[in-house]
Amino acid sequence: MHSTVPLAVTRYRPEKELAPTLQTYEVPLRKDWVVLDALNYIKDKLDGSLSFRWSCRMGVCGSCGMMVNGSPKLTCAAFLSDHLPGPIRVEPLHYFPVIRDLVVDTTDFMQKLKKVKPWVIRKEEKPLEEGEYLQTPEQLDAYKQFSMCINCMLCYAACPIYGLEPSFIGPAAIALAQRYNLDSRDEAARERLAILSQDDGIWQCTFVGECTKVCPKHVDPAGAIQQYKLTAAAHWFKSLLLPWGTR
Amino acid sequence: MSAEAHYTPYHPKWYRRRVSVWWWLQNRSYTTFVLRELTSVSVAFFAVLSLWQIRTLVQGPEAYAHFLARLRTPLFLVLNGIAFLFILFHAVTWFNLAPKAMVVRLQGRRIPDWVVAGLNYLACVLLSGAVVWILRGR
Amino acid sequence: MDIFSCDVLVVGGGGAGLRAAIAVAETHPRLRVAVISKVYPMRSHTVSAEGGAAAVIKDGDTLDAHAYDTISGGDWLCDQDAVEVFVTEAPAEMLQLEHWGCPWSREPDGHIAVRPFGGMKAQRTWFAADKTGFHMLHTLFQTTLKYDAIHRYDEYFVTKLLVDEGRCQGVVAIELATGRVQAITAKAVILCTGGCGRVFPFTTNANIKNGDGMALAYRAGAPLKDMEFVQYHPTGLPFTGILITEAARSEGGWLLNKDGYRYLQDYDLGRPEPKPVLRSMELGPRDRLSQAFVKEQERGRTLEGPYGHYVHLDIRHLGEKLIDKKLPFVRELCLKYENIDPVKEMIPVRPVVHYMMGGIHTDIHGATPLPGLYAAGEAACVSVNGANRLGSNSLTEIVVFGARAGKVAAAFASEQREPSPAVLAQAEDEHGRLEERFLRRTGGKERIATLRAEMHKSMEGSAGIYRTGSILQQAAENLRKLQERFDDVSLDDRSYTFNTELIAALELAYMLDVAEAIVQSALQRRESRGSHQRTDHPQRDDTQYLAHSVAYRAEGAFPRIEYLPVTITRWPPGQRVYGK
Repeated sequence: MHSTVPLAVTRYRPEKELAPTLQTYEVPLRKDWVVLDALNYIKDKLDGSLSFRWSCRMGVCGSCGMMVNGSPKLTCAAFLSDHLPGPIRVEPLHYFPVIRDLVVDTTDFMQKLKKVKPWVIRKEEKPLEEGEYLQTPEQLDAYKQFSMCINCMLCYAACPIYGLEPSFIGPAAIALAQRYNLDSRDEAARERLAILSQDDGIWQCTFVGECTKVCPKHVDPAGAIQQYKLTAAAHWFKSLLLPWGTR
Repeated sequence: MSAEAHYTPYHPKWYRRRVSVWWWLQNRSYTTFVLRELTSVSVAFFAVLSLWQIRTLVQGPEAYAHFLARLRTPLFLVLNGIAFLFILFHAVTWFNLAPKAMVVRLQGRRIPDWVVAGLNYLACVLLSGAVVWILRGR
Repeated sequence: MDIFSCDVLVVGGGGAGLRAAIAVAETHPRLRVAVISKVYPMRSHTVSAEGGAAAVIKDGDTLDAHAYDTISGGDWLCDQDAVEVFVTEAPAEMLQLEHWGCPWSREPDGHIAVRPFGGMKAQRTWFAADKTGFHMLHTLFQTTLKYDAIHRYDEYFVTKLLVDEGRCQGVVAIELATGRVQAITAKAVILCTGGCGRVFPFTTNANIKNGDGMALAYRAGAPLKDMEFVQYHPTGLPFTGILITEAARSEGGWLLNKDGYRYLQDYDLGRPEPKPVLRSMELGPRDRLSQAFVKEQERGRTLEGPYGHYVHLDIRHLGEKLIDKKLPFVRELCLKYENIDPVKEMIPVRPVVHYMMGGIHTDIHGATPLPGLYAAGEAACVSVNGANRLGSNSLTEIVVFGARAGKVAAAFASEQREPSPAVLAQAEDEHGRLEERFLRRTGGKERIATLRAEMHKSMEGSAGIYRTGSILQQAAENLRKLQERFDDVSLDDRSYTFNTELIAALELAYMLDVAEAIVQSALQRRESRGSHQRTDHPQRDDTQYLAHSVAYRAEGAFPRIEYLPVTITRWPPGQRVYGK
């Protein structure tokens, strides 16, 4: 086994160039090094001008998402040894505009997240003195999986619909909307339905399924979307047949 | 053309990568997906064939015999063969994906995906068997 | 230079910062509140907290019991009035989180479930599987989205506090995406920037924990309190420092040395029982467990690996079903980062730096001595945690004091005039400093990574679990030299757009300031208490040192340390006893 491996990293310096280029660096190949360790090695020892985001390096903050050999990965969880032989290509997350090197602009997602109203909405709040809303473990299980989203946006980088139609609300936003819809304490499923059944909402999804494949936290956004399509369709039928019953 | 023309202090240009028209060849999943969507063409093909069959039935036994002869030509055998493979592919991918959309909970536990998919396959086999039995008469 | 302005500015978008912002928006809806953070809020380090948040809720548990556990756990260095406020407001804050949608784990009847945690006599730790911090942070962040009054400055790096007329009037910050230096004025500023674990080489802390807010306050003249109290978490993975949550021990895990022996029984922590016993053995307080590790290492009974010494955490006997239900994240971390399945193998662990008990000196409301400047969360020192923090108190602390600081800061801000235009001149000066010292500077010879590594070496060797006066003195001198060498630092990256090297340099400067405060405070405290253990002064000394060390910055010299007596209300100092 070689002791080093080449990393081909996207560089983009908008003050100096018009388009990104690939720059190759030789980094040590250690059994327990992940791509992020290699990027930090480059920044510390070889080229301090390489910009990328990272924070927790344990797969929970969602900062370090990048394309590794063409697939969206959390670089803190992508072992170098799993991506041999080199050169290992490290590129910025697909379908987002590139600000600099491996850093992309994610304001689109932030806006879409706010749009789906990801907070508990109730007609009447229970006062704190009366204690907690009761929620059995089964009720918790109903939405728990969708609450595990770390907002890493790998699903957006994997979704060709998002790539072709940037106005699509996207997998994570819908999964998070579902998280609240299915939470027994929330009462705003109708409100979110109105938002998500719009043109850029759930109906743009054609169930490619790639988002679920790349999700590092097994949130299954594709499942969330398809289940939601059934709910939305059922609601539409009900409103058609019993217009007075769906209030 | 120099980059400076695009950059003014504190106003860098975000770079937007164009999605290639061959995006669906980049990745096995994408290609499978596009093929799955293309199976709709086969469904349409069979629908048109069925309509044509009914039309020739209405037109009389001669026209119908002519139609059946047409179906036996190599061209139509190949077309039908390909369409049938696509339909099978369509059924398999559909059944495998069904559990994603249909989450059934019994006594608080989610029914495993393979059960939901399996039930779909079973229903398909039984219904196909029923159709074959009806068409063969006795 | 453009000036942005708001009424209350929260620096830091983690649990404390977001809770403070919500508190402002709810109590004073007309005020403009802004949250400024160098990362998007959901990346804040609150996200990685695993174990739980303590609050009294079950029958048979009392506020006094929680207070006593906290105070004795803190080796009587906690300000007892602060602790009383803390335990009293904790249950309401946890319930508020639940009302906002936090997915707390439940008992079968739907009530909140609690679990045992180290140092606590009763079960009072609320938890959301083993990702409590993650769920709390995302609940808080998603809740802030519903308030239009809360404006966010995402990925802005604060470089200086603007102080004029004796009060804090805003900040200067770099907008990372464009490199533009921005002045943001405010009538009150709340620092919620977290701790400074990255001053040490092995830490559970994320890359972003560089003591930014601590250094900002320190440079503005506000003192740092109890900086010598650094908590080591007894179970972190070697190499990455990733935390293996205390919950693994509270569910019944065992710590074994190289002979497979539960060595904690040799260190006055109780008798080994098959099931976990509160405040005993593996559920003893963190500082005692970390100290036990060092002693085992001295006796040669630890294992040695490529990244240093370690011991084993054994949870195999808990069974796969319980591990997947209560500790799924632990299993995931071990598999993903060390390729070990804790269901079948033992986990290698060692103490790693985890938490700073010390921080910016505040009163029980979160106000610092500088008018207009407030602090909450790990960045602040109220002090609730004293000389050693109990697990699951920090997640509660951030929301209790985040809310308190938000309320008082808002009340203060609503009575202030608009900031004076004089601060604009300060902001322009700061812009000039950043340009000259970093972006335009030529000829510098020092690299950031080299200086950082040397700081790490100094800190690990001097301010570790056991400390000695002479080594601390040497470290203090080393850090002074590193400060001077920092003046000669050279950047490869001179661009404006998302220049993370400039940010790394500024963070290193913050860390050097904070490191000096830590070392000097440790040097001056000639006793052993809680997580500060001196080999040359092994006893606790209540006559001289039942007091907080308060560090003031001195330009070009060692920090000046003063002492502030601890507030004792109802619990006179006693002995910390575990396992009996």
